Amino acid sequence: MLRFFAIRFARALLTIALVVTFAFIVLRLSGDPALMIMGPEAPPEVIEAFRKAWGLDHPIWVQYLDYFKAIGQGELGRSMRDGRPAIQLVIERIPATLALTIPAFLVKVLLGIPAGIYAALHRGSAIDRAVMITAVAGFTVPSFVLALLLVLIFAVQLGWLPSGGQDSWRHAILPIATLGFGGAAVLARFTRSAMLEILGQPYIRTASAKGVPWRRVITDHALPNAAIPTVTILGFMVGSLIAGAVVVESVFSWPGVGRLLVVAVANRDLAVVQCILLLVAMTMVTSNLIVDFLYGLLDPRLRSKGAAA
Amino acid sequence: MAPLVRISGLKVAFDGTPVLHGIDLDIGKGEAVGLVGESGSGKSVTWLAALGLLPAKAKVAGSVQLDGRELLGAPGAVLDQVRGRRIAMIFQDPASALNPVLTIRRQLCESLALHRALHGEAARIEALRLLDLVGIPDAARRLSAYPHEFSGGQVQRIMIAMALAGQPDLLIADEPTTALDATIQAQILDLLSAVRREFNMAMVLISHDLGVVAENCDRVCVMYAGRIVERAPATRLFDDPWHPYAQGLIGALPPLDGARRRLQAIPGTVPDPRTLPSGCAFAPRCHHAGDDCHAGVPPLAPSEQERAVACLRPQRLPVELAAE
Repeated sequence: MLRFFAIRFARALLTIALVVTFAFIVLRLSGDPALMIMGPEAPPEVIEAFRKAWGLDHPIWVQYLDYFKAIGQGELGRSMRDGRPAIQLVIERIPATLALTIPAFLVKVLLGIPAGIYAALHRGSAIDRAVMITAVAGFTVPSFVLALLLVLIFAVQLGWLPSGGQDSWRHAILPIATLGFGGAAVLARFTRSAMLEILGQPYIRTASAKGVPWRRVITDHALPNAAIPTVTILGFMVGSLIAGAVVVESVFSWPGVGRLLVVAVANRDLAVVQCILLLVAMTMVTSNLIVDFLYGLLDPRLRSKGAAA
Repeated sequence: MAPLVRISGLKVAFDGTPVLHGIDLDIGKGEAVGLVGESGSGKSVTWLAALGLLPAKAKVAGSVQLDGRELLGAPGAVLDQVRGRRIAMIFQDPASALNPVLTIRRQLCESLALHRALHGEAARIEALRLLDLVGIPDAARRLSAYPHEFSGGQVQRIMIAMALAGQPDLLIADEPTTALDATIQAQILDLLSAVRREFNMAMVLISHDLGVVAENCDRVCVMYAGRIVERAPATRLFDDPWHPYAQGLIGALPPLDGARRRLQAIPGTVPDPRTLPSGCAFAPRCHHAGDDCHAGVPPLAPSEQERAVACLRPQRLPVELAAE
C-alpha cells in the first residue's frame, strides 16, 4: 500500500514538472514580454534594461535552470507588471474563484447525480429522455454560449440579475448557474451509464432473487458499485476548482484566478502565468491522488491488488 | 397432493418475439426435477419469469402458483417474501453473481435479516453455520472476506449457503456447475443433493448436461425452442427416450461402457426464435419428420408411465425391449 502511494506520488511530481516545463517553453517562444509590457514604442535601451532586470537576456536553458532552482527554494517570481510576488497576486484571487466553483460543484453533484440515477432507473421513460436531452445540450453548448444566453435572458430581457461584476451575491448566480449546469449535465450522463451498467450485472439479479426489496437493491447493491466510476469524474471536477472558470470569469468580469490568467497570458507576465499553471497542476494531481485513494476505499478488488503490489 | 409450484401456460415474449410458448410444469414438495435443453431453449427464462426477475420489457402471460397462490403480477412486496424465502435461486457464473464490494458476511446476513429476522451476533453465528455446512474451511476468518478472494467453486458454495439462509421449499439451480472445473462440478452437485435431502427441499436443476440431470433428478423435462418436448422419470428417459430430440441429446453422449461408437451429432442448429418453423420446431432437424410435422405444433401428450411427449412420431422401443 505504501509503495503503491510512493509510486503515485513520484508520478505526480513528474506530471507537475512536465506541466511547468511545457508552460515555460511555450510562453517564451510565443512572444517577448519586454515588448508586451513596455509597449512597441519604448526606446530600445529601455527594453534592453527590462530584459536585463528580469533575466530575459540569458539563454533560455539558463533561464529554465534558474527558474527551477527558484521553485526549489519556494520562490515563484514576481509579476513583471507591478513587481509584487506572483504567488501573492494569485492567492488574492483564489477566494473569488472558489466563491464560484465550490457552489457550482455542489450544483453539479446535487443535480447531476440524482438526475443520472433517476434516468437510469426509469430508462426509456419520458423523464429519462428529457434528462438526457438536457444533458446532451448541457455539455455540447460551450460555456460562453450558455453564459451569454443566461445574460440575455436574466440580465437583459428580464432584468432580474446583473450581467457582470462582483458587488453582491446576486452577481454570482449566473456564473454559478453556467458552471453548474454544464457540469451537472456531464455528471448526469456519466452516472446514468454507470448505473445502467451496474443494473445489468448478475449480482443485481442475485440480490433480487434473494428477496431484497428493489429500493434496497438500488441503495445497498447498485449505488456502491456505481460510485466507483463516478468518482473519476468527480475527481476531475475537484481538480478544476481553481482553474475551471477561466471562460466564465471572463464573460462575467469576475475577478478570479481565471481572469488573472487570461490577462497575464495576454501580457506575457511570465511569473504569474507559471504560478497559476503550477497551482492548477498541483490541484489536478492532488485530486487524482485522492481519487486513487477513494478507489481503494470503494473497491476491495483494488485494495488487495494494491497491497500485493 | 397439490404441487408446491404449478406453472401453467407460461408464455414469455421479448420485444414481441415469443421465446416461451406455454410451459406446463408441476413441482412437487421435495421433488428434484431436471430441465435440459440447449442454450436459448427457455430453461432459465421459465424460472426468471416465474419469480418476476425478467426485465420490464419482457411480456409474461400464463400462471405460476405457489401453494395455490398466484405469483405472476403479484405486488413486489409479495414477491420479496417468496424470493429467497420460499423459492431460492442460484446462478451459472458464481464469480459475478455475488456483489464485489460487499463482504460475504454482509451478503449472507442480508438474507438472514430479511427472511429469518436474525441480526447482529445471532446472524453471524447462523452465517458461520451455513458456511460450515456448505464446506467453506476456516469460515470464521473468511466471513469478512470479499467474493474475489474465493475460488469459483467456493463462491458457488457461498451462493448455496445464501440460498439456504431463507430455508426455502424450492431451490432453482440454474446451470450451477457450468462455469466450474469437472472435479468441482461433482463436489457442488454432491453438496446440492446432500442439502436437498437434509432440508427436504425441492430442487429444479437447469442444465444442458444430461448426465448431471440424470444423476441428481427424479424427473426430467426436455425443452426445445421454448417448449417442453418430453417429460419422463429420469431413468426411463435415458433408457428409452421417445422424442427424436431427446434421442439426439442422449446419442451425443459418450457411453460409459460397451463398445466405442461414433458420437451422433444433431444436424443443424437451434432455430432463431424470430423465425420459428410453423410446425414442430425440431422438424427441420429431425430424421423422422413427415409432412404432418410441419403442419402444426404437436401438443405435449400424456402417456402411460408418467410420461409425456410432444411428437407425432415418438420413437418408442417395442414394449418387450423397453421392459428389459
